[in-house]
Amino acid sequence: MTDRMTLDRVENTTKVRVVEIHGGWGVRNRLNRMGIHPGDLVLVKRSGIMSGPILIQVHGMDVALGRGLAGKVIVSEITE
Amino acid sequence: MSNWEPLDDFKHAQIVLVGQPNCGKSTLFNEVAGYRSVTSNFPGVTVTYTRSHVRFQNHIHDVVDLPGIYSLTCLDQADRESLRYLLTQRVDVIVNVMDASLISRSLELTLQLLELEIPMVLCLNMIDEAERKGIEIDTEKLSGILGIPVVTTVASRGRGVNELFREALKIARSRMKGRHIRGHRDVELVIGRLKRQLGQELGDETPYSRHLLATKLLERDKFFEEEIRKIRPQLLDLVSDCRRRLAKSHGRSSDEVISSERHALSMSIFEKVSIIKEPQTHWRDRIDDILMHNLWGYVILAAFLFLFFNVIFKVGSLLEAPLMDFFNGVTQSIQDKLGSESLLSVIVTGAFQGIGGGIAIVLPYLFPFLFGLALLEDVGYLPRVAFLMDAFMHRIGLHGKAVIPGILGYGCNVPAVMATRIMESPRDRFIAALIAAMVPCAARMTIIFGLVGYYLGGNAALGIYILNMIVIALSGALMSRLLPEVTPGMVLEIPVYQAPRLKITLMKTWLRLKDFIVIAWPLLIIGSCILGLAEAFKLSDLINGILSPITVFLGLPFETGMTLIFGVLRKELSMLMLFQALGTNELQTVMTKAQILVFTVFVVFYIPCVATIGVLYKQIRAKATAIIVGFTFVIALILGVITRGIAALIW
Repeated sequence: MTDRMTLDRVENTTKVRVVEIHGGWGVRNRLNRMGIHPGDLVLVKRSGIMSGPILIQVHGMDVALGRGLAGKVIVSEITE
Repeated sequence: MSNWEPLDDFKHAQIVLVGQPNCGKSTLFNEVAGYRSVTSNFPGVTVTYTRSHVRFQNHIHDVVDLPGIYSLTCLDQADRESLRYLLTQRVDVIVNVMDASLISRSLELTLQLLELEIPMVLCLNMIDEAERKGIEIDTEKLSGILGIPVVTTVASRGRGVNELFREALKIARSRMKGRHIRGHRDVELVIGRLKRQLGQELGDETPYSRHLLATKLLERDKFFEEEIRKIRPQLLDLVSDCRRRLAKSHGRSSDEVISSERHALSMSIFEKVSIIKEPQTHWRDRIDDILMHNLWGYVILAAFLFLFFNVIFKVGSLLEAPLMDFFNGVTQSIQDKLGSESLLSVIVTGAFQGIGGGIAIVLPYLFPFLFGLALLEDVGYLPRVAFLMDAFMHRIGLHGKAVIPGILGYGCNVPAVMATRIMESPRDRFIAALIAAMVPCAARMTIIFGLVGYYLGGNAALGIYILNMIVIALSGALMSRLLPEVTPGMVLEIPVYQAPRLKITLMKTWLRLKDFIVIAWPLLIIGSCILGLAEAFKLSDLINGILSPITVFLGLPFETGMTLIFGVLRKELSMLMLFQALGTNELQTVMTKAQILVFTVFVVFYIPCVATIGVLYKQIRAKATAIIVGFTFVIALILGVITRGIAALIW
């Protein structure tokens, strides 16, 4: 689907929906325990400099994700 | 679970606080616990929890504050130990503390805790935050769904705390447990089947709830897998079979199925019990636009650190001089009374110098540092620092969280090394510990300022700090090159800014200060006594002789050998002993500027103090500790010689 991308490519202040998490048990677990699951809405707030972490908002709280991890989260844009 | 006898006369309940990080659990604990609380070690590891005796309704009870955990699935040591505590220790009631503005995520832990089948109470803390965000919660409904009492609190203001513990004790007495919340039929069927078979095979062997065990095994939880492997490895085939079946019917791996189930349950409960209205906007929400800004965030961080260190230095040096005079005076009068030659005099003098050193030299810097740090922590700034520093920490092969032990190290390496437990993998913990041990602590700060700063000027002192940072960065990068391992990416919650409460911050400072007082200070005192004895028995020449290869290599005066040995006991001892060993306070008469510089550089970098070595051993084991000791020693030698060479060219 053409509107799919990884979380680290999303522009600031964009809302996206998590489609899939590309990773093993460890990656899934670490994201899950923050409440990030497929189907959840995520707002990308800002990205750090020099491939630093990404600040997202999910279920009402802010989480900083390392860029590598963010690259493993497949998201799709919210179409109105 | 079932190995304690019911208490008829309800004295001495074991109340355990469990909750996710940043839910205000520790604030709640400090609200009831007071200064009497003790930091305990989980047996065999350096992860700690705090417990306290608390008086309620005319009885003394135990309140235990376990480390914050996101889930019962363990990723690091703290998770494992908390889970182990809940599974094996006597727990009369769990108080599940939750940030009321984050119910949907927090319920995922609650649902797992309910499966432990331990009497439980839910504490909706920070209810004022929830109101501010426009979240209105029907606590009666929530209580009905979960089958446990729900009490709202604002722990930071003490509201609702009494009611919470009253309910907790009621539940502990009645032993009433909450509900197992059921999810979709098909998933529950598989769990049920596995649960029954486990029950048949294991009988009464393990103390865990079968439901919890089944769910966790389907979730591919390593902790429970290990437990089963230990007692009935053949059961693992059955478990794999069930996992496969679940995966097949849902098209995803079994752990995804279970965790999605739980997630869906949490969300649905949240939607059933809450109404979202318009949130009030607050200027707090705007702060992060600046503090985490890609340019201004760093500017502010730098300005902040600059201010921080300057204030500490000002406060410290103000207190240091008068305190030092006081202790020198005391030492003098002891010597007058007991005569300076007697053994007793030597020992007592030594002890007093040790005590004095701690109070006059380290504490004036350490206390404001720890307090300032606790303040930043309580306000919520530290995770922002981790966010800003993550990109740079990656160059050293770590991620943003590692900056926290590093910062702690500037006060004292002992709590800094202990803080490395927040790193998830042993490899990360090792590198973070190395960095923590190389950061110049308050004791080393006094040497840098007292020697180089005093005799060579403030810029030279700053130069040493900068050199130190460069060396640390290079060492970290080197280590991560040598120990290649994919660092799991950072996942860090950024909590809302809070107004810190003085009482809580002071208590936190006190607990950290205790680390220094209990571990480091006795060593300081003993070290001083030994030094005094060594001098009395004229051992100094012998020791200096043994160390002369080093001192000659670095071009330092012969007498400094002894001071280097004692610098291992406590870092600032090397400076104090310098005065003593060379027989004068006016160092410029017996040492050249170059020598002062070389001495300071060497002392700042060479092996960590005994107290730090002690906690290193506990955190990362003997071999890793030996590597750090050896590494820092070699680095110090190399830098010392280079400094000698450069100084010879300049002066």
